[in-house]
Amino acid sequence: MSRLSGIAASNGIAIAKAFRLEHPDLTVDKKNVADPQAEIERFGSAVDESIAELEVIKKRTAEQISEKEADIFGAHLLVLQDPELIGPITDKIKTDSVNAEFALHETSTMFVDMFEAMDNEYMKERAADVRDVTKRVLAHLLGVKIQNPSLITDEVVIIAEDLTPSDTVQLNPQYIKGFITDIGGRTSHSAILARTLEIPAVVGAKSAMSSIQNGTIVIIDGLEGEILLDPDEATLAEYKEKQTAFAGQKAEWAKLKNEATLTKDGVAVELGANIGTPKDLTGVLENGGEAIGLYRTEFLYMGRDNFPTEQEQFDAYSAVLKGMEGKPTVVRTLDIGGDKELSYLKLPKELNPFLGLRAIRLCLEMPDMFRTQLRALLRASVHGNLKIMFPMIATLDEFREAKALLLEEKAKLEAEGVEVSDSIEVGIMVEIPSTAVMADTFAKEVDFFSIGTNDLIQYTMAADRMNESVSYLYQPYNPAILRLVKTVIDASHKEGKWTGMCGEMAGDEIAIPILLGLGLDEFSMSASSILKARSQLSRLSKADMEGHVEHILGLATSQEVEDYVNSL
Amino acid sequence: MVEKTFTITDPAGMHARPASALVGSLSKFQSDITMEFKDKKVNLKSILGVMSLGVPSGSQVQIAADGADEAEAMETIERVLQEQGISNA
Repeated sequence: MSRLSGIAASNGIAIAKAFRLEHPDLTVDKKNVADPQAEIERFGSAVDESIAELEVIKKRTAEQISEKEADIFGAHLLVLQDPELIGPITDKIKTDSVNAEFALHETSTMFVDMFEAMDNEYMKERAADVRDVTKRVLAHLLGVKIQNPSLITDEVVIIAEDLTPSDTVQLNPQYIKGFITDIGGRTSHSAILARTLEIPAVVGAKSAMSSIQNGTIVIIDGLEGEILLDPDEATLAEYKEKQTAFAGQKAEWAKLKNEATLTKDGVAVELGANIGTPKDLTGVLENGGEAIGLYRTEFLYMGRDNFPTEQEQFDAYSAVLKGMEGKPTVVRTLDIGGDKELSYLKLPKELNPFLGLRAIRLCLEMPDMFRTQLRALLRASVHGNLKIMFPMIATLDEFREAKALLLEEKAKLEAEGVEVSDSIEVGIMVEIPSTAVMADTFAKEVDFFSIGTNDLIQYTMAADRMNESVSYLYQPYNPAILRLVKTVIDASHKEGKWTGMCGEMAGDEIAIPILLGLGLDEFSMSASSILKARSQLSRLSKADMEGHVEHILGLATSQEVEDYVNSL
Repeated sequence: MVEKTFTITDPAGMHARPASALVGSLSKFQSDITMEFKDKKVNLKSILGVMSLGVPSGSQVQIAADGADEAEAMETIERVLQEQGISNA
């Protein structure tokens, strides 16, 4: 038995024999041909065979995976029939009397280089399409075989250097029990797809291809990022048990999908999700999110070369509000600056960007940009249950100024005859200690608080969260943080308002019991943590946890708090 | 030859799905069909050509068809652009 380790990319345990997905040698040599016409015909046949093969793969993918994943082969088919690709290749064979392999390679390289040079993620993917198609045709010309995962009909785990998009979309979970790749990270295309298909995966294993033979029994532990080869009986039994336990836990969580979040003593709390784009909605609904506790709108502004228009923003906000079907949706206005930059908005370099012109400070400095976002939000408000939240509020003046702009835009829209909801709650992020301390005063004017723990911890402990040498100061359980959280929650309840939390801490197993005891109303986390949190909350009693709060807040260190919660 | 100007209204510009639908619907025509954007002209039957233009939202493109079935081709183009919701023609 031997072990490898890599990056845990998709949860679960897979046990099956290895199937090596190897990409054949497609090296091309330049040769002169005596009969170019015959060479053009040979090229034509290779294209026809590739088209026929792609039609089969496309059909299988549509049947076994989804229409959407099958689209990628639709794109490949269009590329293969593209006159601007095929024309130059046949011309080259004719005029230069060269072999089809060389003409194909030269022409497609030109397109790949052109797409890769474009400053656009989407175009770079087109380069991958051209490369994929070229390989398929080359394989036919060279008479070598390309392995197509959709043709596997045995239970296997796939071992590969890397998986191309056309490999991954062919993975049928009925036969493909998991995969291991030597390169890639948690956010690579194949890792994301593994999570969608819910098959275990470890990526970045570095030496899987050089150490795993076809047919070897492999255990993939996608929870820990571990790989075991040729396991002995005892290990096999241990992992089969782990596999059953994981399946049981998943089934238990799945049962909670459509349930309300209730504590053991019957108190309801709200579990929301943090999202970045309308695309994330699927995950929220699949995991039974009761709200969106944080919609980070800055993603709308990123990865482009100009500001999103009011209409573009309206479309995105409306899509999210409609998708949530009346459930609470907290949209945070633009939080840019600090470590988040926009290529088209040149801001002066700052010595301390996290303490500088960012978020609401920037928006109030650039009111035209801010007004565009507010108008888009107000127009979208009729499509759902919108709550607007301002980030990085340090003083009551900032909140008043931002709210005044919002009310001005609302009045303008109404004068233009545009319908705007009258029940939009307006709240703030609490992430600066001054605001936490003054929460009682803020609570008289805001409709709600949402505690952003990542920044609140950074500013309270005066520890840059990007700086590894002070990372020990990132202490969510430090009594200083917990006391601030209590101040905020109590202040909101005194005025009949509510408090949510939208940082990492809200989904943390140790923090959840404490936050419940402190009276937090809404917990917002990554969608994949919701069912686990709901399960945990159903085993906790709010009354019990309230009884522990005084003791916890009186403890001296973060470690003491952690130990105490673990002992409960 | 028939020629027409279209404004691309889809917020994402001329993106993959509509471009594929448009190119895919034109292979059956004999006519030469071109699309011009910012002084660059490409073969509208070529997906690689269309994608290489990178047409953003709000821009105008000139489409021309030249050949025996040019009128029919232009009708198809207008229909597909509308069906795909990327241009108000």
